[in-house]
Formats: sequence, structure tokens, C-alpha cells
Amino acid sequence: MMIFRTMRKVWATDPRVDPNPLVYTILTVGAILYPVWAQISTGGQGDFLISVLADAGVYILLAIGLNVVVGFAGLLDLGYAAFFAIGAYTYAFLASDHMVVTPLGEAIHLPFWIVLFIGLFVAAAFGLLLGAPTLRLRGDYLAIVTLGFGEIVPRVFKNLSVWTSGVNGISALDKPVLPLWLQGPWSGDSLEVVQNFKIISPMAFYVIMVLLLGICVVLVNNLRKSRVGRAWMAVREDEVAAAAMGVNTVRIKLLAFAIGAAFSGFAGSFYGAKLSLVSPENFGFTVSITILVMIVLGGMGNIPGVIIGSLLIYWVTFLFLPALPPLANEWATKIGLGGLVPPNGDWPGIGEEMHRLQFLIFGIILVLTMLLRPQGLIPSRVRQQELTRGVTEDQTIEDVNAETTA
Amino acid sequence: MVSSVANARTRLLAGSRGKLLNATLFLIIAIAVIILATKVATLGPAYFVQILVYGLANGSIFALIALGYTMVYGIVELINFAHGDVFTLGGFISLWLLPTFGVTEGGSVSGAGLILPLLAILVISMVACAVVNVTIERVAYRPLRHAPRLTPLITAVGMSFVLEGVMYLWRGPFNLHYPNVLPTAGIELGGANGPAIGFKDLAVIAIAIVLMVALSLFVERTKLGKAMRATAQDRDAAQLMGIDINRTIAATFFIGALLAGAGGMIFGLYYNTITFDQGFTAGLVAFTAAVFGGIGNIQGAALGGLVIGMIQSLSDGYFDTAWTQVLIFAILVLVLVFRPTGILGMRVPEK
Repeated sequence: MMIFRTMRKVWATDPRVDPNPLVYTILTVGAILYPVWAQISTGGQGDFLISVLADAGVYILLAIGLNVVVGFAGLLDLGYAAFFAIGAYTYAFLASDHMVVTPLGEAIHLPFWIVLFIGLFVAAAFGLLLGAPTLRLRGDYLAIVTLGFGEIVPRVFKNLSVWTSGVNGISALDKPVLPLWLQGPWSGDSLEVVQNFKIISPMAFYVIMVLLLGICVVLVNNLRKSRVGRAWMAVREDEVAAAAMGVNTVRIKLLAFAIGAAFSGFAGSFYGAKLSLVSPENFGFTVSITILVMIVLGGMGNIPGVIIGSLLIYWVTFLFLPALPPLANEWATKIGLGGLVPPNGDWPGIGEEMHRLQFLIFGIILVLTMLLRPQGLIPSRVRQQELTRGVTEDQTIEDVNAETTA
Repeated sequence: MVSSVANARTRLLAGSRGKLLNATLFLIIAIAVIILATKVATLGPAYFVQILVYGLANGSIFALIALGYTMVYGIVELINFAHGDVFTLGGFISLWLLPTFGVTEGGSVSGAGLILPLLAILVISMVACAVVNVTIERVAYRPLRHAPRLTPLITAVGMSFVLEGVMYLWRGPFNLHYPNVLPTAGIELGGANGPAIGFKDLAVIAIAIVLMVALSLFVERTKLGKAMRATAQDRDAAQLMGIDINRTIAATFFIGALLAGAGGMIFGLYYNTITFDQGFTAGLVAFTAAVFGGIGNIQGAALGGLVIGMIQSLSDGYFDTAWTQVLIFAILVLVLVFRPTGILGMRVPEK
């Protein structure tokens, strides 16, 4: 028995069984094959499917950014959607006709690629502004401050209707323009190079999204392995010890917070351009929680895990749950429970009940993941070690010794 | 040891910025008070009294919720995000029980005959909420007591979503009408159509005061209350003194939820409308109140609740309802940033 246990321990800690390279390979191949599959399986009508995955990409981007804050630096940010809103509104202000109806009176049309980065910096600036005074606080206070901030921002956008049109939101945002683009049979055109190509087709958005994601993954991975990344992990595990080792904890936490916010702002600008519409209703607490569920389920601190988690949760929220009501109605009728289908008094009908499941599913995922597999589906190996063998505040060195020798 | 050094450093840092900040804060508050005073002067004293009574009633409900936050935080240092939803649950359970006890709008039971059924419903809802909260603690928080800090915080958010999900499945996303059974009579302040203080307002304030006095007597006078205070101060030492930590923590969750459940029912009776996700905002506002009074401090939470309730009703009455919540959450952020120990600041949260 002893031998098996030792073998298992070695297996669990062996760097060679790291699943990440495999996941990256699958993801890359999947990203390339997906549009082909979508077009073939629907007989050339796959634009919707491709558009869906491009939207999912926005959430992946958000999840990668929140992962820097929560997964790497261990700061719980519950108002992440606020920065998303800031990015999206930045795009709406700087790349649409909307400014005509505001006191400014003149439309601003900056190019997409520039606004993308303006959105990034504006969100990061707000991150710094919020983070600088609050990151001195202990972790759970930070969660509440960010939660409060996340509630304030959409309300401000809603209330400042002179500038933002209030609940109606801002529509008809500019579509991104590429200076050069290669047209070909894949988009139903003849093969040629076009200038000032307006990105409207879902396929183009998809390609840009995949490229952006690729860049971001490489960047964040490098960041994780860098001095900064190691400092984040040190702060996450033991702030006092990290400070004693010479890490400027406030600065390093602020950096994580600002980078997370920057990702969110970047994703927000992209989202605005893709959807061509921003409204304060799209940035509520549910969005922040959705992203948190994504990274918790996938594996906090591990980028491939986070991507898989995002795809999974995105599929559940935006495709599976909306498709469930008709399915449930059909099944209920088949197994002789047809009486459950129509609404009846307090009972809204089984289809509607299925539609209402989202909150419950999110809650259960969060609780069960934390209780049963806190490292997530595809864990970060460092994080897993910390979670299963880490020393907690209440343990003494004797406890740890007793545990390891037992 | 090391943490106290870090603490001292933070305090030093705060000290050097302190004077300027205090001056700015004082200035902002002074300006707000002056604007308010001019508005009060133009709208008349009767209206002002009415707003104050609304504020008290409002604040009593927030205080009831805030007490649960502060007690739980004091003892396990966890923000129980599900607490706001336990409050909503109190409203939902009591709404469900009302017809069972024959209490309906314009029904046969009225006047003094209402007191007994309403009390019975209040007690049942309170206990039901308490049982739910203790179950949450047992299932979702206790196994994680020694886990890294982030873990129970995330399960707390998860539990909040579970409760909201259950209530969503139960009654749907609508604003539910809560029967208006309390007498509408009141004391008129300025003619027949002028402002008035309703019986409702007074009833809400009275119930809240009774519950809060009962709580503070319990915590000060009983053995379990003493055990709670001891556990909050130093868990290990309390355990060495023979206190059953798990039981004490469970009792804290139980009592906190009793108050939240009562708050939920009172909220329904007072506003006559409840929604499955009201606990999110109400919980956040109540947490603001708890922080405002110094988290872990029971009197502070009660006071904080009243202050926040008052601010809310003044802002609703004299400024713009759309900005009230922005104002309150801004206060939350500002208090946490500049006075994380609260205005009473008795219990200093350690790093």
C-alpha cells in the first residue's frame, strides 16, 4: 500500500504530467477547426455559431484578466464588470455619433485599434484610482469595496443620462476597420487584397479575437513566470512573508489590479465594437460573478484551465440554458408529466423553471468547486500544492511535521 | 508578531495623511449639511419630521441585517454574503405563511386579532431563516475554516447565489405584492393631506428596538453570549477555556439569521413588495452600516444601520432617489478606505 501511495504522490507532483501543453494544443487546433466545422455542419450557414464563439472570446479575455487579480495575486475582485463597462463606454464615447446629442455637440470617430488601447488605459487608470487606497486593506474588505464600485459604475452610467442616454444605452457604434485584409472564397468573395476593410462578418471578428487571445495568453504566461508573477504568488500565499522578502506588496498588488482592469477595459472596447451597443444593464453583478465562476471552475491561476472554464460556463449560460425550456417541455410530455408544461397558479411551467436555473447552477458550481476541488478542473500545479499541503494561519510547524511524517 | 509590525506601519501611514483627509471629509460633510439645511428650510418642518421617521424605520431594518453581518464577522472573520439573502428568505417564508394563518388584505382577521398570527409568523420565519443559516455554515463554511482566506469568501458568494436561485425558482423574477395588513392610521402633522407618521413606521421601529435590546441582553448577560464574545476575541484561548467553538459559531449564525429573518418580514410589511434579489442590495447597504459602525461591534452596527437609513431617506426626500444608492455605496468605499475601523472604531480589525 505504502508503495502505491508514494507512487501516487510522485505522479501528482511530477512536472511531466502537466496537462497544460495538451490543453493548449487542443485549444489551438480547436480554434482553427471550429469555423470549418461550423460552416460544414450547417451547410454554409455557420455565421451564427462563429459569432457565438467570438462573443465567448470576450468572456475568455475577461476571465484571463480576472485570473491575474484573483488567481495570481489572490485579491477577490467582485466588481470586475465595472471596468468592463468603463471600457465599453469609452469605446461608445470615442467611436460613434453619440457625442452629437451630448453637451459636447460633436461626434468623435477615433479608429477602433486606437480606442481599444484607450479603453485599456482608461480602465487601468480607474483600477489604479480604486486600488491605490483600498489595496492596503485586508482581502475581504477589498472584495466589498470592489463590489460597491461595481454597483456604483453602472448606476452612474444610468443616471448621467445627458452623456450616456441612460437606460437606453448608446447604439450604432463604429465597426472596426482594418487597413488591409485578404478577401477570399472563405467569405464568399474573389481572392483579392482590400484596403480599409470594414469588419462586419462574424468570421473576421472571430479571427481577430483568436489572434488577440493568443497574444494575451503569451503575455500573461510570460508575466506569470516573471519576477512580478512570482511576487504575486508570494503575496497570495503569505503577504507578511513576501514583504519580509523585499516584495513591495502594495505596489505589486496594485499592478495586478491595474492589469486586471486593463484586460477588462480592453475586452469592454472590443465588446462594444462587436455588439455595436452598450447599455448599463449589461454590466451588473451577474457579469462579475459569471467571470468569477469561470475561473473558479476552470482552475484559479491556470490559464488553460481558465479558458476551458470560460468556454464551459459560456456554453451553459448562453447556449445550454436558453435551449433547455423547449427540451424540458418535450421530455416532460414524453415521460407522461405533460401536466408540468403549462403554467398553473404559482407553477410557471417547467420550461420557465429551467430558464430560471442559472442562479442556482452558478451558486452550486461555486460552492461545490470550493468544497470538493478548490484547485478547479485543470489546476495550476503550484496552486494545487498550496491548497492541499499549504500551511494555514492556524497551523504550527509541529502540525505540519506531524502531517508529513504520518 | 510580524503582523502587528505591519499594522503599526499602516497606522503610521494613515497618520501622516490623516489630518488632510479629515479636513477634506469634514468640508464635504459640512457642505452637504448646509445644502440639506436650505432644502429643509424651504420644504417645511413637518416634511422633515416625516423624513426622519422614514429614516428611522428604514434604518431599523438595515440595523437588523447589519447585526448579523457584524456578529458573524466578529467571530469567524468572514463576510457572509448569503446573509442578505437570508433576509429576503424571511420575507418569502412569511409571505407564504400569511394566508395559512388567515392574514390577508381586507380579510376577516384585523385590528388586535392580527397581533397573534403575525407574531407566530414572525417567529416561524425567524427560526426557519436561522436553521437555513446554520445549515449554510455547517455545509459551506465550517469545512473551510482552515482553508486559505479566499476559499470561504467564494463559497459565501456561491451560497448567496444558491439562495437567490431557490427563491427565483420558487416565485419567479417579479416584484411580489406583500399584503398591506398593518393599520394605515397615523399621526397627521400638517392637515389632512399633509405629512404623517404612520402606525407602520412606529411598529417597525418598536419591533426592531425590542429585538436589538433582546440581542444585547443576550450577548451581555447569558453564558452563550459570553462564549461568543470570548470566541470572537481569541478562538484558541476560548477553546482552551472549555468553550465549544463549533456550537458557539453555529449559535452566532443562528442569532444573526433570526434578526435577518425578522427584518425580512418587517421589510415586507413595511414596503408591501419583495423581490428575490432584494437581499443583494439590502445586504450591501447593511454591510455598509456594519462597517460604518465598526465591524464586529454590535452597538456600532445598530447605530450604523440608523445612520445609513437616515442618509438614505434624506437623500430620497431631498435629493434624487436615482443617486441614493450611488451615494450609499460611495460612503461604503470611503469609510472602508479612510476609516476601516468604523466611526466608533472600537474593534480594530487585525491584518
